Amino acid sequence: MVDLEQGILAVRHDPEGRWDGSSVEIMLSVVGFALVASFIASRRKTLAGGLRGLKMCWAILPMLLGLIAGVSIILAAVPPASLARVIGGEGPLPFVIALLVGSVALIPGVVAYPLAALLRDQGASTPVLAAFITTLMMVGIVTLPLEIRFLGRRVALLRNALAFGGAVIVAVVMAVVVP
Amino acid sequence: MSGPAASSPVQSPPRARAMRFVRRWGSWLIPVAAALLLWLWSAVFGGFDLGARTAYTLTGFLKEVAVFLPAMFILVGLFDVWVPRRMVERHVGSAAGPLAIVWMLLLGTLQAGPLYGAFPVAVALYRKGASLRNVFIYLGAFSGLKIPMLTFEVGFLGWRFSVVRATVTVVVFVPLAYLLERVLPAGTRLPEVTPGEKTERPNAQPQEVSS
Repeated sequence: MVDLEQGILAVRHDPEGRWDGSSVEIMLSVVGFALVASFIASRRKTLAGGLRGLKMCWAILPMLLGLIAGVSIILAAVPPASLARVIGGEGPLPFVIALLVGSVALIPGVVAYPLAALLRDQGASTPVLAAFITTLMMVGIVTLPLEIRFLGRRVALLRNALAFGGAVIVAVVMAVVVP
Repeated sequence: MSGPAASSPVQSPPRARAMRFVRRWGSWLIPVAAALLLWLWSAVFGGFDLGARTAYTLTGFLKEVAVFLPAMFILVGLFDVWVPRRMVERHVGSAAGPLAIVWMLLLGTLQAGPLYGAFPVAVALYRKGASLRNVFIYLGAFSGLKIPMLTFEVGFLGWRFSVVRATVTVVVFVPLAYLLERVLPAGTRLPEVTPGEKTERPNAQPQEVSS
């Protein structure tokens, strides 16, 4: 059993050793394959494309590291136990809290699913879990500065607002379909 | 601060470098510094739980960033140089039929990584002529239906939960993408310049617009 008083990322340790789903290997092999194929086809184009990509990567690095550092402190300060206490109960309040926490938080999937399973063990209902996971995936308040830089303010804000509405619909449908 | 040499711009590289560093990082330096301080505190004095947990969380995130960010951006760069605009426009442009939904769902689900890795891909698709609704479908599929993530979800929350959640998500988020495109004022465009490119844009834009 996971220590509920530790930071949220501690949930990563899975006692049953299920695959951690981080898909690092998949990603690296896809990129490696693409690079090799591209290199065989044209060295010049590969270099141009790769460099362009790395330049973009370098440009957003400060913002991304800043976001990640901030999120790390917050996640470290919030033990899963207190999250489970507010989300595990009955009534509409856990539902609302799950939606809000899911929207704000930036939690990698590797941690999100063990955390969700943990919350279920602590009494969180199916719609609450669906609300939490869907907002976690689709709505990103913390990553909003990054999204604005890529998509523009109006599009980013509207996308998040609509995704929040969508998450509510998904959760409500889940409440009906999966009792 | 001595002599006329200090006034010459080439003469003060340390200060200039520091200025450039601060301008580049801006206020993002604050959380980074805070996290590092917490980390240092726990390392030096020990027994400070928050610092140790912050360090643990931060290293987890950093590992993710170190793998996915360069990988994602290299893919975007390769996509940029190899995939012809005409092809993207025909299959997922604003004139493309409903089959475009399938293409976007496939593209989104077959990827891996965190959502912030999907934004550059979305912009790259848009630049090549994908319509806004299809870009939003891609973002939705990426965030909610990635196959590597789904297998993980099944492991923890069970088949029933995952299958129903994924199905409902598609049914809800594809219309939402259409709605989003409708809600946005006509002629809405994504930013012309994404981070990392300043001078390349004008000549990177191909001439053909319509087919």
